[in-house]
Amino acid sequence: MNIHEYQTKELFRSYGMPVPEGRMAHSANKAVSVAEQVGGDGWVVKAQIHAGGRGKAGGVQLARSLDEVQQHAENLIGSRLVTKQTGEMGRMVNRVLVEQMQQIDKEYYLGLVIDRASQRITLIASASGGMDIEEVAAATPEQVINEVVDPAVGLQDFQCRKVAAAIGLSGKQIIKVGRVMKQLYRCFRDKDALMVEINPLVTTQDGQFLALDGKMSFDGNALFRQPEIADLRDFDEEDPKEVEASGHDLNYIALDGGVGCIVNGAGLAMATMDAISLYGGRPANFLDVGGGASPEKIANAFRIVLEGPNVKVLLLNIYAGINRCDWIAEGTVKAMADQAIEVPIVVRLAGTNLEAGRKILSESGLDYIHADRLSDAAEKAVRAVNGEVV
Amino acid sequence: MSILVNKDSRVIFQGFTGQHATFHAQEAIRMGTNVVGGVTPGKGGEIHIDRPVFDTVKDAVAETGADVSVVFVPPPFSADAIMEAIEAGIEVIVVITDGVPVQDMVRVKRYLIGHDAIIIGPNTAGVITPEECKVGIMPAHIYPKGRIGLVSRSGTLNYEAVEQMSELGLGISTSISIGGDPVNGCDFLTLMKQFADDPETDAVLMIGEIGGSQEVDAATWAKANMEKPLIGFIAGATAPPGRTMGHAGAIISGESDTAQAKMRRLDELGVSVVQNAAEIGQTVLQSVNGRSNESDEASNPGCVSSV
Repeated sequence: MNIHEYQTKELFRSYGMPVPEGRMAHSANKAVSVAEQVGGDGWVVKAQIHAGGRGKAGGVQLARSLDEVQQHAENLIGSRLVTKQTGEMGRMVNRVLVEQMQQIDKEYYLGLVIDRASQRITLIASASGGMDIEEVAAATPEQVINEVVDPAVGLQDFQCRKVAAAIGLSGKQIIKVGRVMKQLYRCFRDKDALMVEINPLVTTQDGQFLALDGKMSFDGNALFRQPEIADLRDFDEEDPKEVEASGHDLNYIALDGGVGCIVNGAGLAMATMDAISLYGGRPANFLDVGGGASPEKIANAFRIVLEGPNVKVLLLNIYAGINRCDWIAEGTVKAMADQAIEVPIVVRLAGTNLEAGRKILSESGLDYIHADRLSDAAEKAVRAVNGEVV
Repeated sequence: MSILVNKDSRVIFQGFTGQHATFHAQEAIRMGTNVVGGVTPGKGGEIHIDRPVFDTVKDAVAETGADVSVVFVPPPFSADAIMEAIEAGIEVIVVITDGVPVQDMVRVKRYLIGHDAIIIGPNTAGVITPEECKVGIMPAHIYPKGRIGLVSRSGTLNYEAVEQMSELGLGISTSISIGGDPVNGCDFLTLMKQFADDPETDAVLMIGEIGGSQEVDAATWAKANMEKPLIGFIAGATAPPGRTMGHAGAIISGESDTAQAKMRRLDELGVSVVQNAAEIGQTVLQSVNGRSNESDEASNPGCVSSV
């Protein structure tokens, strides 16, 4: 789960970390009053969306006067911002962050991730701040310093000093940045984060560190014990169909092909999409109905997938283990009775209660295309998309 | 032989009296698994599906000699249950629970250091040695006994592969799903080493997915250390970057995470890479036959793709 920059900075502030003076605003008028309150003679107006690349896309504007703050906020709020991460539709900007402008001396990168190789929390730092850290790591790996944290004792001061020295800091700055590292670690650990990034962490001309930008994502599986983080979820930043699907305990991701997919299990769902593509088609979505899929759940899955704008055929591929083919078949019958389905449906069932499932489908008199195997199912679905009679 | 579990395994269920654990314990017993009891704190002394219930894993081990545990405990309490099993000396801990917080698993893996236990999962379909022992939620009847070692992340894709192989007369020595989480108890490499040493396993099929480097790590070791044929598939060639594809760990965060990059690396490491999930069985059959008759492989290159 992702949160906005202004929310990340409020969390940082609650851990004592240095962030620029500023606040979020929903309107241009509010943006001006925030600018007045935080004071100073220059401000930054930053579009708040869950996507990177805002600067290059015009989502971060400098203002030398309150009039300019008003102007930039008016332009941004209610507009769609297209960055390299949003896709061509862009994202609606509903709010901006207004902050004091800073006099920057140097830029650094500081982050924490759950590192899959070490299977531990790992601190990442670099003197190449303000750039995409993946690109820095690819081009100049020696510029990126990794320090693995032992979960039994947490991040230690000596580790912070070591990392600080490795990114070229010296003197009192080593102690100061070490404080930021430990605050960041505590925040990451306490809140069940998966990733936190300060990019850039800057030094100002009076030698202070400041988190100029902040990005944070959290473990969805830990939200049961992080209610205040769960409250930060912004549904406007998510695909409404994905939100609706998750409400039915379905894992749905919209894609742009013509073959709608309903599959059980994430691995088989991905492999089904891949097979469709190998036979020359393109999947319209990823959908994992999970284990123990009731007829109602299957019917909901049908409805959500068929609402996709490009769906020309629907492929149901179920390998039932804890699922049951008879339940899947009942759900299919229910879905086809409840709504007028105008696209061909390819059904491949296997596993638990297969015979019972097949019987329900064949006795229902419904019009569907039968497939025995995965190859069969993918090939027939692609032929049906191309308008062939299968 | 087989790996991890066999007919001599003494199995307990943690969260024993819950609905899902009860159902799957009964299924395991029906297949012949030696289920010796279970643990539900607060219900010690009761009898559940004709087996004793204990308050602690320590009691269960002392009374029954249990050496394998299947964990059905809900996510908020899973880490505690796993560490309890580790401390009590359980050798193989299979965590079925889906949704265990990642940082809990980071702590569990730290706790594991200095102990000999192997953790499979979380978010796994489990482990099965056909006709001997089933510690998981997979349908046992689809797994014929045989000589192919199978290790996958996914459960249902594991079933798919087993069906394709069994239609071609290939059976399974042991099958393991390691689960879809980014921090998981046991990686592909650990199991590859066990399969390499298992005299009842002739070839290994590894079914991975996008994200992380576990498949490549295991293949790198196998190239230098394992004589047996290794067949590999990576799911997620059509997955968009930056999206979590059902499994928490199935996410493309960088170029090396993509299915294409991983399959290319596996191919370079001498793995028979399956391009199309529908051809897993065929590719395994060709690899196994290729070992006994090298010319077969050369005349049937169709399914063994060079990425």
